[in-house]
Amino acid sequence: MSPTATPARRQLHPPPVPVSPFPYHPGSLLSAQDLTLDGLSHLLTRATALENEDPLVRSRILAKRRVALLFYESSTRTRTSFELAAKGLGADTTLVSSLSSSIEKGESLKDTGLTLRALGAETIILRHNSSGAAWLLEAETRLPVLNAGDGMHEHPTQALLDLRTILAHLRPGVQAVSAETLAGVTVSIVGDILHSRVARSNMLLLPRLGARVLLCGPKELLPELAAAAGPGIAIERDFDAALRQSQAVMMLRIQAERLAGLQLDLELYKANYQLTGPRLAAHAPEAIVLHPGPIIRGLEITAGVADGPQSVILEQVRNGVAIRMAVVERALTASQQGGRA
Amino acid sequence: MTALAILGGHLIDPAAGVDLLKDILLKDGRVAEIAGPGKLKQANGAESLDATGLTVAPGLIDMHVHLREPGQGYKETIASGTAAAAAGGFTSVAAMPNTLPVNDSPEIARWMQAPERGAAIRVFPVAAATRGSKGEAINDYAAMKSAGAVAVSDDGHPILKDSVMRETLAAAARVGLTVIQHAEDTRLTQGGSMNLGPVSFKLGLRGMPPEAESGMVERDIRLVTELRDIRAHLHVAHTSTAAALNAVRQARRNGLRVTCEVTPHHFLLSEEHVGLYNTNAKMNPPLRAAADRDAMIEAILDGVVDVIATDHAPHAVHEKEVEFENAPNGITGLETALGLCLRWLHKEWKMPLGRVLSLLSAQPAALLNLKGRGTLVAGSFADVVIFDPKAEWTYNARETRSKSRNTPFDGWTMQGKVRWTISEGRVAYSSPA
Repeated sequence: MSPTATPARRQLHPPPVPVSPFPYHPGSLLSAQDLTLDGLSHLLTRATALENEDPLVRSRILAKRRVALLFYESSTRTRTSFELAAKGLGADTTLVSSLSSSIEKGESLKDTGLTLRALGAETIILRHNSSGAAWLLEAETRLPVLNAGDGMHEHPTQALLDLRTILAHLRPGVQAVSAETLAGVTVSIVGDILHSRVARSNMLLLPRLGARVLLCGPKELLPELAAAAGPGIAIERDFDAALRQSQAVMMLRIQAERLAGLQLDLELYKANYQLTGPRLAAHAPEAIVLHPGPIIRGLEITAGVADGPQSVILEQVRNGVAIRMAVVERALTASQQGGRA
Repeated sequence: MTALAILGGHLIDPAAGVDLLKDILLKDGRVAEIAGPGKLKQANGAESLDATGLTVAPGLIDMHVHLREPGQGYKETIASGTAAAAAGGFTSVAAMPNTLPVNDSPEIARWMQAPERGAAIRVFPVAAATRGSKGEAINDYAAMKSAGAVAVSDDGHPILKDSVMRETLAAAARVGLTVIQHAEDTRLTQGGSMNLGPVSFKLGLRGMPPEAESGMVERDIRLVTELRDIRAHLHVAHTSTAAALNAVRQARRNGLRVTCEVTPHHFLLSEEHVGLYNTNAKMNPPLRAAADRDAMIEAILDGVVDVIATDHAPHAVHEKEVEFENAPNGITGLETALGLCLRWLHKEWKMPLGRVLSLLSAQPAALLNLKGRGTLVAGSFADVVIFDPKAEWTYNARETRSKSRNTPFDGWTMQGKVRWTISEGRVAYSSPA
């Protein structure tokens, strides 16, 4: 039988994909997609309110509540800003990191989570090197879990602080967002998309507000199938062409720790994808330049651009504290309303 | 030995072309007599089972299971795995050799079949194709066959080297054994924990490309083509990609001895069922794209697929309650195979019951050359499954007879309830109506 002679395809109705049970806890923030546009607006509003609040008043909001930071990977910005955010609201924080705990002795994520819960942790902020770890922790502890980065998957609070930064420049004064808030805005995300949780959270969040996301990078770091991750995402491999269309440019570090043997020609990479002063001046003189950090000066971005007038990198860091105050507040107040599991 | 009469049931024996109300007499572990209702001549003094309204069929044969013994009794034992098999209607299973140590010696093969293992049904060992399943030096297949092995495979460890695979196919053909290949080019799947595609990208998981399977199947078919004069037999385990199925289809058109099996999970589930890191949806080969899953269904309905096998792969709860990429591959399947095949292949996709049962008994028996099994003609082994084809029930993994319950089918609706499983004349499993 030739391929053309195969019988007409039957109408198949295979078993449906079950509805996701996540998040189990209304205070959890596992994915940038967990938030409705209303929820997003509320968080942005609270971030501004908390930032402007009298520090003494602010420190009574979560007085003596217990927040655990569980970090399996090194972190400067995320860890410190979550800690400052929780402490700013009056919460007690404790840091457990993989190198100074029983994790080194082989304790599982489940047991570590249950131990923190038994110690009185009311929410756990998790940074982990495995994609999906935050979902596992939430399922096992049923506590509100805040995903502070899981492997190559998501980093939702980074996407939120990036959004706050973008709004401040492109839509000043806007806090209540809608599906049209960023209509007409193109954000380019450039570099090591494949290994980046920042890229994934942003490409899922920004199009929901009407933005177009352009992904830019070499094939090894940006597979074609990335464009199918969601609506409003396209691939533009020509960096200059991407810059010309962009109002915001998000540069990413090459994640050497996740390359898994992949060999890159760094000189070629720099020639094609390094954001330099002349390149920025020629193609996107008005755009803001973001970077989630850590930046590797002289690789994906030159020092001149990182320190230049279009850079909002340190603003992003500052926004991190405000956003994380709102996210920690949500985690602990949702648990009060929703009852603890 | 006592005799057992199965009365009033509807016998479906696809290999014999029987689909009628029949009474059956089992004696001394064999089928003694088959007759119209009330017409058995030698049934005096025999115990009887009332099979009125039930389907009576040859006991099911699962040619791909992992019983974990020797070496990993905390996941499964031969006793617990075969108890689960009997509950699922199986009377024979072929046990893969990736045990600890690997089943690459007659001593281990005999140990697995010894009465002390407490097997509820027949266990046929699959011998390791190479020493230690390391893909280098081939085993003594004649000795393994004498010790009861029914096929050779390095399941879980594909034989990558062309020269070794060619030698394996040739040596197995000389002693009349099938080579079962777990088709995976591990050079392409390293670090992968699910199918490569938009879903793996979205979940931030490293992917296993479909070409890793189909490329290996194509390589193996080239080798079988070279060895066509000695009729080398390649069996593709747990086929999961449309491309691999196409290669099998083409090889058969070219007259080659190439067969394949598909698991229930690969014809029912797709990569979307991984959901948010459900480790009970993690196996190797991984759940593929919906188009591949649909191709499995089509190929089963079109008769390209020879066998439904479960790849029953038990793992302890604590081993699966971990980060997705750290979880071991595999799911259990013995208790759910018949219920899923009847619910979906028969009820949903209208495959005749006899054809479904053939995929689960007559065809694997023929493929592995299990004489006197997969049929209930007089003189064959008294391996019988008796089930209520109309009964719907819900699978509860906590009630499993396996030591493990790593299944994505917990809570699923099943069709067809097993009432009795009879292994060589002994009731290996029974359940109330």
